[in-house]
Amino acid sequence: MPDSTPGDATATPAVAPYRRPADDAHPPLLYPDYRSTVLRAPSRPLRLLPHTLTEVTGPVLGEGRLGELDHDLTRQHDGQPLGERIVVHGRVLEGDGRPVPHTLVEIWQANSCGRYLHDLDRHPAPIDPNFTGVGRTMTDAEGRYRFVTVKPGAYPWRNHENAWRAAHIHFSLFGRAFVQRLVTQMYFPGDPLFFQDPIYNAVTDTRGREAMVSRFDLSQTVPEWALAYHFDIVLTGRDATPLDEDH
Amino acid sequence: MALPLTPSQTVGPYFSIGLHWEDGPFAVAEGTDGAVWLRGRVTDGAGDPVPDAVVESWQADPSGHFAHPDDPRGVAEGFRGFARAPTSPDGEFAILTVKPGPVPGPGGALQAPHIDLSVFARGLLNRVVTRVYFADEPGANAGDPILQEIPGDERGTLLAEPTDDGYRFDVRLQGEDETVFFAV
Repeated sequence: MPDSTPGDATATPAVAPYRRPADDAHPPLLYPDYRSTVLRAPSRPLRLLPHTLTEVTGPVLGEGRLGELDHDLTRQHDGQPLGERIVVHGRVLEGDGRPVPHTLVEIWQANSCGRYLHDLDRHPAPIDPNFTGVGRTMTDAEGRYRFVTVKPGAYPWRNHENAWRAAHIHFSLFGRAFVQRLVTQMYFPGDPLFFQDPIYNAVTDTRGREAMVSRFDLSQTVPEWALAYHFDIVLTGRDATPLDEDH
Repeated sequence: MALPLTPSQTVGPYFSIGLHWEDGPFAVAEGTDGAVWLRGRVTDGAGDPVPDAVVESWQADPSGHFAHPDDPRGVAEGFRGFARAPTSPDGEFAILTVKPGPVPGPGGALQAPHIDLSVFARGLLNRVVTRVYFADEPGANAGDPILQEIPGDERGTLLAEPTDDGYRFDVRLQGEDETVFFAV
């Protein structure tokens, strides 16, 4: 096969790089307290990838992928799921506070008993026939999203003696660029299990750990119906320095 | 002023309930001209397959254009450029795609055809990112500013080898022949 021929470079869009996260912004890949990292974390240091057009673009997906009730995990079956009904809402932002509009937000979680609807989840807690635990939505023009769900239960795992995961909801985000892709977990305020959860504690920066904890939000509760939690998600943003300036 | 970034966390063992898309592995529709299967196996530091990983790909179309609002050049019709494929019990993933064209790179240099790959898994507290280049593009690869920065003995881990129905690209998370991973 011959080498590819060069494309038309004249119409090339400008490439403004994104800010690099601080070293402790994300957890280290090797964190032995979380046992599964030991054989899966790369041993060599990561190489710095310049932000080229491939990295500053990324999948802009969502429209056409969403069903009408994808954002409401309490209405995806004939009956209502058991558990404490909650609204989970917030904004997807960049580090400078700019919203990320019209971006796909995907969530998945255990049911109120701490059981996932997954073949390999052997936790002997009941499956709820009225709860799948999967949600999707798009942020609006101001970066806002909103889900209705039930509060997930804590569940045991085999990482260490009598290990329990703090209750959490998994979040998956794309932003607008490959470099902004993020999968994280939202926690609940005051969870007594934080101290022994190595996934949560792998984030060494206190502000970072706090950034994963939602806050109770009385203003968005629905009287006689649901409690509410607020969770903003902050993705890395563009570098403030104009690209085309000579240095 | 600057808000703290939301830290990454593992996708955990049960991501497949949330990240499953029927059309996930198809960066292009079946029957697309020039479509190839990009197949590979994800293995850990013991050489064992990783059966609970999900691989995501992002790439340009055969003209080197991206399906993105910041690329005004336009893409091939129906081209999405993104795929998401879970690994099977033996650690294998498969993505149907087309070979991308060369993409503008740093300092006006052209980059060789490449695909950005993210791997998520239980035990990965953050995704790992690598790049798929193509072993049958020696000329373009020799001029690629990013590939040429990689020491010769590690460079091979970034080269997808031609197969009967496309290309093979194994991902070794750790250990001998460890794949080159990038910080983005």
